[in-house]
Amino acid sequence: MSVGAKALAIACATALAIVLVAIYIVDFLAATPSTVKAASAPGGARLTLQTVASYGHSPHPDWVSYLVQDGGGKWHHTTVFKVPAHSLVRVTIYQYDTATGLRNPFWSQVRGTVGNSMTVDGKTMNALDPDLASHTFAIPDMGITVPLKGVADDAKNQCSVAPCPLSMAHTTITFTFRTGKPGKYRWQCFVPCAASFIFGNGGPMQSPGWMDGYLVVA
Amino acid sequence: MASEALPSGAPAERVHGRRLLVIWAALTIISVLLIVFVAGPHMPPGNFSKEARDQRHINILLAALAMPVLFGVWTCLLYIFSTFRQGEGELQDGPPVRGHARLQVVWVVATAVIVLALGAFGTEELLGSAKGAGGGQGPDPLAVPAGQKVQVQVIGQQWAWTFRYPAYGGVETSQLALPEGQTTELHVTSLDVSHSFWAIQLGVKADAIPGSDNVAFVTPRHTGSFEIRCAELCGLWHGHMHNTGVVMTAAGFAAWIRQQQAVNAPATKTLPPYSTHYFPDPIRRAG
Ligand SMILES: [Cu+2]
Ligand SMILES: [Cu+2]
Repeated sequence: MSVGAKALAIACATALAIVLVAIYIVDFLAATPSTVKAASAPGGARLTLQTVASYGHSPHPDWVSYLVQDGGGKWHHTTVFKVPAHSLVRVTIYQYDTATGLRNPFWSQVRGTVGNSMTVDGKTMNALDPDLASHTFAIPDMGITVPLKGVADDAKNQCSVAPCPLSMAHTTITFTFRTGKPGKYRWQCFVPCAASFIFGNGGPMQSPGWMDGYLVVA
Repeated sequence: MASEALPSGAPAERVHGRRLLVIWAALTIISVLLIVFVAGPHMPPGNFSKEARDQRHINILLAALAMPVLFGVWTCLLYIFSTFRQGEGELQDGPPVRGHARLQVVWVVATAVIVLALGAFGTEELLGSAKGAGGGQGPDPLAVPAGQKVQVQVIGQQWAWTFRYPAYGGVETSQLALPEGQTTELHVTSLDVSHSFWAIQLGVKADAIPGSDNVAFVTPRHTGSFEIRCAELCGLWHGHMHNTGVVMTAAGFAAWIRQQQAVNAPATKTLPPYSTHYFPDPIRRAG
């Protein structure tokens, strides 16, 4: 093989490697869930979410998931929410899943919300029995943790396909938090809720768009 | 070529040897001085804790000890490349080398002495004066610092660190605070996968293993803050598993822990009794 041919072979192999890496990166970035803007409300925004025991559609019909409602009332399967900076965000979560229980009861306390409290079906609470938690909505870098009470195991009319309507068994959790400076804050669930994965921590717990996401403060 | 100007045979060898020795000695002395006096004071992990200081001393010592070896190899290689380079056109084998008993003995003995001495030194440091040097020693530590210790449990979880203080009602917090000048006994564990608790400037690194109690000791020397990171790839948000820890005065720490007890009271009520590990309970229903 001549030197020229060798150089050409190396150049081609390098170019191919770069193209493959670029495809991987583009694919990774394109797989990021879309962003849904929270509805405007006096003094800030209104963020409406729901959690479902099983999404009910491809690619993972049996995965547990969050969904978000846009200002027009339409539900979206994404976990990237956009809210305004330095303002109040009023959150309502319709919780359709049954309880799994917190592995670390430390997260059973409501932290970082206005008044360090939430309402559960209209009742104000500052902590939840850790065994009753189905998920948490936690933004660690903002110090926010809210445990979400699951519906009873024997509840009638349980929902298994998203989006779930209010006519089906659910608990309603509301809380308000104040955003600070603009940034992209990750949020996650601290309940090992990924049933059928080892120790409940695989699949949806490791995938933005399901049990993790970003709060885009802009 | 330089070699052509020299007498041939044994005298030439001696001249080359002497030159090599002088170059090697000069580079070694300069580099050791630079390491000890210039780079040394900036070497990680710093001076924040007794353990960090011990680690830095060891880093300085090892770096300085590496210099004679490093420059021994580099000097020989570069000298040989430049001095005994074959000229254009001449293509011939070098003289056959059939063993050199003295060189071999010196080589083997010197290498063995260096490695064994470092092994002995490291063992003495770990078990003796450095008392584990901030590393995790497992559930039954061999090197335990004397005196009273503040006990803190470090709990790793996907993806956050929390800290439990058994002597203060078992309160669990999301921030790590330690009192200045006091030895802390860290009990590192995990609730799910393997994590690694790395308090960078304190010179502490201990694996957080589910179902295991990994004990490490640290004695902060002054107040200030330090970074905490997870040093074991542990899933989606591994890169976000960070905190800032604080070393406080004894009075500041007492006030802080009282405040934490009050703030975290609702959660403390629901925590399981303090234990050296919590795994596999409660696995609860998932998984
Ligand atoms: Cu969850
Ligand atoms: Cu980790």
